[in-house]
Amino acid sequence: MTTHAEPAQTWRRQVHGACVIVRKNALLYYLKPPVLIFGVLFPVFFFLAFKMGRPISAEDMVPGMVAMALWFTASAVGPLVTPWERRARTYERLISSPVSLTAILAGDVISGMIFGAGLSVVALLLALTLTNASIASPALLLAGILLGALSFASLGVLLAAPPASSPSNIMLLSNLVRLPLLFVSGIFVPIHRMPVWARWIAPISPLSYTVALIRSAFGQPAYFPTWLSLPMLVAFTAVLMWAARAFHRLWRARGL
Amino acid sequence: MPAAIEVHGLTRTFGDVLAVDHVDFLVEAGEIFGFLGPNGAGKTTTVRMLTGVIDPSAGTATIGGHDIRAEPSLSRAHLGIVPEDANVYLDLSLWQNIMLMAQLHGVPRAERVREGERLLEAVGLAERKRQKARVLSKGLRQRLMLCTALVTSPDILFLDEPTSGLDVQSTRLIHRIVRDLNREGLTVFLTTHNMHEAEHVCSRVAIINRGRIVATDTPEHLRSAMQSSQYLEVVFSEPRLADPDLESLAGVSEVTAADGGYRLFTETPGRVAVEVARFADAKGLEIAHLCTRKPSLEEVFVQFTGQ
Repeated sequence: MTTHAEPAQTWRRQVHGACVIVRKNALLYYLKPPVLIFGVLFPVFFFLAFKMGRPISAEDMVPGMVAMALWFTASAVGPLVTPWERRARTYERLISSPVSLTAILAGDVISGMIFGAGLSVVALLLALTLTNASIASPALLLAGILLGALSFASLGVLLAAPPASSPSNIMLLSNLVRLPLLFVSGIFVPIHRMPVWARWIAPISPLSYTVALIRSAFGQPAYFPTWLSLPMLVAFTAVLMWAARAFHRLWRARGL
Repeated sequence: MPAAIEVHGLTRTFGDVLAVDHVDFLVEAGEIFGFLGPNGAGKTTTVRMLTGVIDPSAGTATIGGHDIRAEPSLSRAHLGIVPEDANVYLDLSLWQNIMLMAQLHGVPRAERVREGERLLEAVGLAERKRQKARVLSKGLRQRLMLCTALVTSPDILFLDEPTSGLDVQSTRLIHRIVRDLNREGLTVFLTTHNMHEAEHVCSRVAIINRGRIVATDTPEHLRSAMQSSQYLEVVFSEPRLADPDLESLAGVSEVTAADGGYRLFTETPGRVAVEVARFADAKGLEIAHLCTRKPSLEEVFVQFTGQ
């Protein structure tokens, strides 16, 4: 191995390592009860609680429902993986392997993204089958789901950074962040009808831009224009990933 | 050929606590290097720094010529690690556990399958490869850990208390495999509390106490270096007659009763043996047993650590 070949070889090795982490997470965590409860049951019950007894057409609710499913599912995997592995001490095996912390976290983010995008497609197919909703722009829908899943999964990995004696503590923290943002992101009430303070908070939630993209994809009016939503989701992903890496490194350096 | 491990001024603090204090040592390729120390001495912290689990506060180390801070991934690529707690993935099968570690190290498919099969056979787990790791006992999980560490064909194997709490069969099996691999060139870094294990397995040892290295040498040299703890063991047919006069023999610093005879502590056990023979002859005593003893590694350890 020459010195010049090392960086490229290392880079390829890290990408491969991230893919191994994705496979490991899928095998171990997709069917864990906390993921299923907070990732699948939560959005179903929220949807029912919002829909029942209210004069809203099912078609109008489809974009919000898909976005909500994406929000909960994509951000459910990250907060589970690292705390679970820290408790089982398997985390030490990962960080003492040649795979870098960045690649491990990228693997966790991609795991959450695949889980979220996959389950939200199930929700989407159900909605298309059971309602008269129709997709006006498949490309926009695809972009909304993929970029939304990526940013939500990054948020999930960031939330997993603090050391905790039990994974349930991190799940609690993640819900303290996810639930308030859910209510100010225009899923249940359009952002332009929300109080002023909520309209100030809405732009700092990646869910707001995802809802806007998915509404636009279904031909419905959206609070944020597409030209803003797309780069904002990319920016959220970059910032959340950077913060996740910084905090995970910080806690690792402290030996926690 | 670079040293397997070179450690320079490695230091780690946790808040105000200095856990590892400017530690220096070198492990040559092909050695079985024992790292000994009482609880809280800094052994595990040192190993965690070398294996990339935590960062040093100061100093550095190279593994296989790669700096752990400048080239962390490359330095870890040389390592196989068996921690004290067998932290296998309980919900993965034995085979999946082994393949996962091989994949993380980028071992090609054909090689990892071949090595995985061979290792499971070698540790007696081949028939259980499809079982979940959850069903294994502690000893069997430790054997599985050894497989996950060795499937990557490491240059250096870190063993942290590998036989702690294991039955005799598992302990012997692990020792045999480690010795065989060492003969083939594998460098082993063994952290242990078990002085018998260190004495019989390690080619060199370092003793760490309160975060600092207090001795580094071969077990034999460390034992020999403690001249004041060498002693002569003698048993007479009629011990009571000899009792008052032994301490007056030339070169004897202390006499204690033990095992029906006496221990004569001396820095010159050979000369004292001659004196004892003369003494017995003069007193008309019959010597039933006479031998010279060096301190055990455990005694050396106690001497250096005060524990």
